[in-house]
Amino acid sequence: MRRALLLCFLISPLLATAVQAATGPDRLADPKLEARAVALQKELRCVVCQGESLDESAAPLAADLRRLIRARLEKGESDAQIENYLVARYGDFILMRPPLEPGTYLLWFGPLIAVTIGGVVAAAAIIRARRNERAETPR
Amino acid sequence: MTGEIGQLALCFALALSLVQAGAGLIGGLKGSSIARQVSSSAALGFAVFVCVAFGALVAGFVTSDFSILDVAQNSHTLKPLFYKVTGVWGNHEGSMLLWVLVLAVYTMFTVLGERGGARLTSAALGIEGLLAAAFLIYILFASNPFLRIDPPPIEGAGLNPLLQDPGLSFHPPMLYFGYVGLSATFAYAAAALLTGEAGANWARAARPFLLAAWCALTLGITLGSWWAYYVLGWGGFWFWDPVENASLMPWLVATALLHSSLATERTGAFRSWTLLLSIGAFSLSLIGTFLVRSGVLTSVHAFASDPERGRFILCILLVAIGGALGLFAWRAPKLESGTAFEPVSRETALLLNNVLLTAAAATVFLGTLYPLFLEAATGTRISVGPPYFAITFAPLFVALVIIAPFGPRLAWRRDDLLPAMRALAPGLGVAILGGAIVLAVATPHAAAAACCVALAGWVLVASVIDLARRTKSNLLSLGSFAPVLAHAGLGLTLLGIAGTTFWKSEALEVLAPGQSLEVGGYRLQFDGVTPVAGPNYRADRATVDVMRNEEKIATLRPEKRIYPVEGQAISKTAIRTTGFSDLYVALGDDRGQGHYAIRAYVNPLAPFIWFGGAAMALGGLTSLLSRIRLGLRRPALAPAE
Repeated sequence: MRRALLLCFLISPLLATAVQAATGPDRLADPKLEARAVALQKELRCVVCQGESLDESAAPLAADLRRLIRARLEKGESDAQIENYLVARYGDFILMRPPLEPGTYLLWFGPLIAVTIGGVVAAAAIIRARRNERAETPR
Repeated sequence: MTGEIGQLALCFALALSLVQAGAGLIGGLKGSSIARQVSSSAALGFAVFVCVAFGALVAGFVTSDFSILDVAQNSHTLKPLFYKVTGVWGNHEGSMLLWVLVLAVYTMFTVLGERGGARLTSAALGIEGLLAAAFLIYILFASNPFLRIDPPPIEGAGLNPLLQDPGLSFHPPMLYFGYVGLSATFAYAAAALLTGEAGANWARAARPFLLAAWCALTLGITLGSWWAYYVLGWGGFWFWDPVENASLMPWLVATALLHSSLATERTGAFRSWTLLLSIGAFSLSLIGTFLVRSGVLTSVHAFASDPERGRFILCILLVAIGGALGLFAWRAPKLESGTAFEPVSRETALLLNNVLLTAAAATVFLGTLYPLFLEAATGTRISVGPPYFAITFAPLFVALVIIAPFGPRLAWRRDDLLPAMRALAPGLGVAILGGAIVLAVATPHAAAAACCVALAGWVLVASVIDLARRTKSNLLSLGSFAPVLAHAGLGLTLLGIAGTTFWKSEALEVLAPGQSLEVGGYRLQFDGVTPVAGPNYRADRATVDVMRNEEKIATLRPEKRIYPVEGQAISKTAIRTTGFSDLYVALGDDRGQGHYAIRAYVNPLAPFIWFGGAAMALGGLTSLLSRIRLGLRRPALAPAE
């Protein structure tokens, strides 16, 4: 139900056309470019759906953006250029990987901080337990 | 009538839960056995009335009593009986009632088990009563499933077709058994803090509840992932979606708790930490419920537009979590801590496991809630998707899998690392070999794939070694299968993830009848589409012959279903599994003149993802069963009152 509750807002258009995503005519002839296009699609989100990447989404806007990515790749633009163009249009929201900037430092370094704190606390606990152990059974 | 019976039963249940809470707390704090008996009786009555209320709602759904608003909004006369019943929890009001029903079940086990002695049980009953009362007040005043409408509509609005699916019918009850089971652990932890009986005794008392909850949560998440895989039509199994994360966070903390309480129970180590984890695990369950139920995930604004329910749950959340943490801060420092062990010991392994699991839970928490906080604070909208979790969550999990085999291998208090390393060497060998083979058979993601396979090989072989050692030294009991199965399940799931992520083949083509497409060594011949009428839907059913070496081996029939009542269409994928690999076919849109888009995948090792989940749950279950057997053979050692 977790997912369904969320999906019910958008599911009817979505599932009916889920199989349309990245249909034949969209595909690029050059396999290297196509692979880059797919990699880009996975890093960008569909801005009208909930939590789906451009790669998975079946919304018309996502299909347009997939086409746009391919057109720009064919023109020889770099991945970064295309991403920058889309960010300028839709904001950071479109990036599945949030940019590293002051507002997201906590997000990006939080896991490291958590594991460091955990490590320090665990080390302290181990040292204390070792002292207790040695005190109880002197070797 | 049914509606009024249900309403009345809820009112009685609320009154009794308050009695249960008050008497239980008095019984726990003062040691009064009369109060404890009053609490037990009230709990029994509470459970009976909750069952009556739930039964009334089921009756309303089964008889399609559309004068009940909840039924009118979520059911339909044409719906098959099975989905009329499962539709009871396919909506907000009904699912909250299910929450309380599950709580009643666990409360009954608390009463009947009377684990950990009279005072502890009594106090735990008191806490459970408080939780029950809070949720019943919420149901009666903000989320009443028995509200009437006048005049009743002739027909109901139907149930979201996505929920009309066997996998998803059992997914919510499973998750709730997990979430609410953690409330029993929470109640015992709070009871231990209140009564001061916070030693090994409470951990032993709470263990069966924790195991049951963990198994249910594991199965619930596995079911949800399987459902997403076969329903959503593109073969993905985990999306790092906030709603999924909401169930993953309590699971991670419950897993940490499962490990730390082993030590608490055995040697009395990590006492206050285990208590804190119990509070944390249930708090995350509540937060999960809040996140999913309040609409806050859709956007911060959705919460503000219909704030009553969200605020109510938020209040319960703050009081429960704040109260428990306050209690912890007040009482925990008084717990004596004389834990003693050497740095090389099982305790250390469990401690590291806990550091990694809680850091992983914190990561998921950040990734899920950070966008909400950022938007509320600065108005900036960001997305946190799979790439974030690949960078932050995956390394923690890799470390966790690396240390997992050491836990069961090392002895309590003190051991030597070298013999353990020597014993586990074959695992390392298989890991290196597996990784090397994957690297040799190059794919674009070779390094990541090799890492996944190596880790899976390591933990799987180590499980076999562990099992062999236990068999040889006659340590084999039902419960000793628990770590073997659970860790092996982890390895299986990893293999499945590697297979589907790195070696998936896919094909998507527009086909006319008679034409075929090639995918992963199969040729799929499309033989056209026939219309089919279901009980409450109509479907286009495609016939797709599966050919291997020009020999027909199966026929698959993917469908596209249209539910006219709900005005929705869903796709029904067809999956042929060999147990090692899935052939997955979805029917796409009609391109006119009998042409249809057909999407097909071959997902190698995909079934392992769910086998792994099932194996983990089975591991938990063997531990639970062995405890029950022990409990039957030898009554729990109840401390003197």
